[in-house]
Amino acid sequence: MNRYQKTFKQKTSRKEGCFVPFLIIGDPSLETSMKIIDILISNGADALELGIPFSDPLADGPIIQKSNLRALSKNYGIFKSFEVIQKIRKKYLTLPIGILLYANLIYSQGIRNFYRQCKICGLDSVLIADVPIEEYNIFYQYANEFNIDSIFICPPDADDHFLSKLALYAKGYIYLLSRPGVTGIENQTITLSSKFIEKVKKYNSLPLLQGFGIKNSLQVKQSIMSGTNGVICGSAIINIIEKNLNQEKIMMKEIKKFSLQLIRSTKFI
Amino acid sequence: MALLNPYFGEFGGMYVPQILMPALYELEQNFIDSKKDLNFQKNFLYLLKNYAGRPTPLTLCKNLTKGTKTRIYLKREDLLHGGAHKTNQVLGQAMLAIQMNKKEIIAETGAGQHGVATAIACALLNLKCRIYMGFKDIERQKPNVFRMKLMGAEVISVKSGSGTLKDACNEALRDWSHSYKSSHYMIGTAAGPHPYPKIVKEFQKIIGEETKKQILEHENKLPDSIIACVGGGSNAIGIFSDFINEKVRLIGVEPAGQGINTKKHGAPLNRGRQGIYFGMKSYLMQNEEGQIQQSWSISAGLDFPSVGPEHAWLNSIKRAQYVAITDKEALEAFQILSKKEGIIPALESSHAVAYALKMMNLKPDKNQILIVNLSGRGDKDIFTVSDILENRKKL
Repeated sequence: MNRYQKTFKQKTSRKEGCFVPFLIIGDPSLETSMKIIDILISNGADALELGIPFSDPLADGPIIQKSNLRALSKNYGIFKSFEVIQKIRKKYLTLPIGILLYANLIYSQGIRNFYRQCKICGLDSVLIADVPIEEYNIFYQYANEFNIDSIFICPPDADDHFLSKLALYAKGYIYLLSRPGVTGIENQTITLSSKFIEKVKKYNSLPLLQGFGIKNSLQVKQSIMSGTNGVICGSAIINIIEKNLNQEKIMMKEIKKFSLQLIRSTKFI
Repeated sequence: MALLNPYFGEFGGMYVPQILMPALYELEQNFIDSKKDLNFQKNFLYLLKNYAGRPTPLTLCKNLTKGTKTRIYLKREDLLHGGAHKTNQVLGQAMLAIQMNKKEIIAETGAGQHGVATAIACALLNLKCRIYMGFKDIERQKPNVFRMKLMGAEVISVKSGSGTLKDACNEALRDWSHSYKSSHYMIGTAAGPHPYPKIVKEFQKIIGEETKKQILEHENKLPDSIIACVGGGSNAIGIFSDFINEKVRLIGVEPAGQGINTKKHGAPLNRGRQGIYFGMKSYLMQNEEGQIQQSWSISAGLDFPSVGPEHAWLNSIKRAQYVAITDKEALEAFQILSKKEGIIPALESSHAVAYALKMMNLKPDKNQILIVNLSGRGDKDIFTVSDILENRKKL
């Protein structure tokens, strides 16, 4: 049983949902990234989703885009990110860790070499934001060779054809999209219908995590109530980083407060 | 699954967030339908002829070639309504948008030529239009920004990243990923995810078809070479299209900017590496770890870090040759063509003119027929050029 399977099994048996925070490695600095990760994990984050800084993150909205560019402005890219992930893995042996990145970062260093690096670092999963399932074959082949789970995004208007394909490829968990568009926190409340979640579940037995626009306790509760296994929260956390770039103590305090609220909401059942 | 092959050899593909795949499939299906739909084709050709002003002439440059045995012809896309070849394909894509029942158009623009063309098509066919443009390009292409607004388009300034075409492309894709149900993303060049490279080529192939007919009328034979500038590559693929299976040299001219060996250029086929960006696998300018690099060209329309996948393929199989011309050489060609022939070329097209002049000057006694695709007129660039020439005088 791999780390995702163990974590999801444990959470399901406790009737709890998962809280998976997302942040960009190296924003605002490598040291601060590590501190944020420590706080999130010590508060009870169930897994980590880490973004690898990229110059043109077109699936992301302005908050995450700026976070990418802040990290890149200090020359933190994929090579540095692998070093950081290795450190995190040494510290947290059982925690599932996934990365989200863009195809060119993989292609540039050779697809096989990339997945080999992922294995060396102790990564569990890879999500490629700009590679749809239709173009995934070559990435999938090497991901499997090195036992790395391929995470796929499931849009809220997914049809039967897509869901059946997803059932063949997806591993680890399925990233359910709250809404069309790019990442970011919007004012509208986002809920996925139980009917849609049932439909996804009909095709596969993998855990479902909802992402895009998650920013408060109510959304977390609603997501789990409608049948997901938890949430991924990125922009809201990164927003706190951006607002407190020069005040690390306040940044940490705010991240702790915010994540605790969301984590508590995963345990309400 | 795609109905047409999304690849040219190993280049092309559909590298977009999953959410956009249904929109691309819908577009592909409608494109296929439009090719079979005689009414669509008839209406498209009607607009090209009676609105855009096709066919455009093929002009022999007698003064430019005096004293040599070279004959240089210009395919005059500068005379098309809107001032550039861009009008051809936006009319086709606007008709596709209407066919798909989409009332809004998203576009991005660098030099503003595609933006102007989009605004033209939207005004004509009553479509709502928003155009993303890097803030730096807005500054250097003021006349075109004014034209777009005059024709009712909303011009959105993109301040993220480098504030140029690359960032405008990203922003347009972001917009489309939440508005695709009601909007069509009108990509302006033969690049991006499938089916765009095929669609843009289809609507631009008229340039090549006319050129072939016209040169046979003028010379009773095919030219030795066809020369076109390459940013994303739409004017080049348009004029190459009818000559790919002929014994004609196809030459694409990339912007060498301040020098092909400096970091300030926009020549991915000459100095880039294969990669995945803007929805496609192609050549692109990137650093050693795969971060996309900023391109550079005096011409905003060529200032793009990648190139259409069919060009990448034609380059890989050596069917077309891709060379590079510096800002300085393009500027000289801009002035020479203006002075000798009374035609002010766009800075983009000046790159192709410069290479033709190079070929002519290298072998003045060689009997050769060169056709340069004059993709656009240079009115939009006169302020840029005037500033540079003024500064030179001051130095």
